[in-house]
Amino acid sequence: MRRGLWVESALVLVVVGLGFALSPFLYGNESLLFSMMAYVALAQGLNIAYGFTGYLPFGYVGFFGSGAYGTALAIMFLHAPPIAAVVGGGLLAVIFGIVLAPLLRLSGAYFAIANLAASQALYFVVANPHLSNITQGPYGIKLTSVFAPTESYATLWVIVLLATAVAIYLRVSRFGLALRAINQDAQSAEVAGVNVVRGRLVAWLLSALVAGLAGGAYGWHISVFYPHSVFTLRISIFAIVFVLFGGAGTVIGPIIGAVLLYGLYDVIGISTPEYFQLIYGLLIIALVLFLPNGLLSLVRKRVRYVL
Amino acid sequence: MSSEPLLSVTGVVKRFGGMRALDNVSLELSAGEILGLVGPNGSGKTTLINVISGLYHPDAGDVRFHGRAIQGLPPYRLARLGINRTFQVPKPMKDMSVRENVQVAATFGGGGRIEPDSVLERTGLSEFAEREAGTLNTSQQKELDLARALATGPELLLVDEIGAGLNPEELKEMAERLLELKEHGVALLVVEHLLDFLNRITQRVIVLSAGSQIFEGSLSDASEDDDVVQAFIGG
Repeated sequence: MRRGLWVESALVLVVVGLGFALSPFLYGNESLLFSMMAYVALAQGLNIAYGFTGYLPFGYVGFFGSGAYGTALAIMFLHAPPIAAVVGGGLLAVIFGIVLAPLLRLSGAYFAIANLAASQALYFVVANPHLSNITQGPYGIKLTSVFAPTESYATLWVIVLLATAVAIYLRVSRFGLALRAINQDAQSAEVAGVNVVRGRLVAWLLSALVAGLAGGAYGWHISVFYPHSVFTLRISIFAIVFVLFGGAGTVIGPIIGAVLLYGLYDVIGISTPEYFQLIYGLLIIALVLFLPNGLLSLVRKRVRYVL
Repeated sequence: MSSEPLLSVTGVVKRFGGMRALDNVSLELSAGEILGLVGPNGSGKTTLINVISGLYHPDAGDVRFHGRAIQGLPPYRLARLGINRTFQVPKPMKDMSVRENVQVAATFGGGGRIEPDSVLERTGLSEFAEREAGTLNTSQQKELDLARALATGPELLLVDEIGAGLNPEELKEMAERLLELKEHGVALLVVEHLLDFLNRITQRVIVLSAGSQIFEGSLSDASEDDDVVQAFIGG
């Protein structure tokens, strides 16, 4: 590994960390900044699964929703402190990831569809009125007693840095080299001595953990939410588009994608909401046509290694 | 040195549905020995290599390496034990550099014992080290496939039609490379249609036909064996 990568890695963490730590002092809409951070975490988490191992989880939102509900249940029934509850939400997402691990035997569209179905099944279980005494069913969760916007913002900030650090680790480590090999050709990687099943599983569970933690912090921050708010497919689709827009398999691609596109989403949504879907749709079409490997592919042609 | 063979395959059966791709195949191979595996298309040669390298589980029979039963072990475990292979159609990790391809094998299969650059030098790939593997031509990809296998430091190398698509000069170099490995004590099981190429590196062959072993002996005797002639030419 190039020695300069350590410097670049530290720089990325500092820029992301300072950016989201200072921006609330420079820009008043904290709710927008919080959502942007949640999407940076989600994009990075999805990147861990898709960019590093090639699995595109259309139902990625299932982990986000598990995290939000896991956190809520830990607060409501176990009276856990919110930060511990967020960790619990992350672990619940990991358990959901373990349950879905057999899907890793599938590939391509089959995996994407099966994962999508699983996340929707989870949504219907959570929203089931018969489970109202546990999940509150369709009536939604209220965590107003622990509402703490600053603390929950800080918690998500830590999660974003954690997700970035995980992506950096996968980009520069021995384990990351194994994942790249698996992504390229699983059979060749296996005969080269790489434990393919373990590599895929670890990346999958890390990806689930990131989304679960982000969902937990999100649930805590907004404090009132419904099954649809944390299981809507729009969350999966946004995360996928952000990753593809920035550049999958890199550390900075998903960050750039989420910040730029979510920023743009809000600018258009506020200034010209009537054209929002048109402009966003055209942008996605242009991306697929002209930059299928993301914005960073422009730089990659000149610089061989982009973090 | 012990008299126990490095690899011993006994009564291996592999079925695909109702078809017996391998039917009671047995062979033994010692360190520093080259065994040729020949037979018409569909006779089970690659299936046998897939069984030994862990890609397929045999339905019956026994595969032993250093006397230890290895059937059912996944390929990555076998790579770490010292068994590796090349593919009939090379399967490089295309977007990774040539050096990274070899580095993956050296790191995970070879446990870091082998320096990737030394393998690249031995296989004549040093000048392409930084190139993306997908940009190599067929013969270079075959060399890379071999380099990837060698980077794991194999004691047993299964070579699947490495001569196909190589020109006469490249075939000569490849034969020398395999003989050099033999000199270093590596056991080689070589599947090959090019009998001239095989003749350069070994005399000992096994002939398969429709999954069954129909001949074991010298290559020159094989060409005069009635069963072998019938299997190849029909009758």
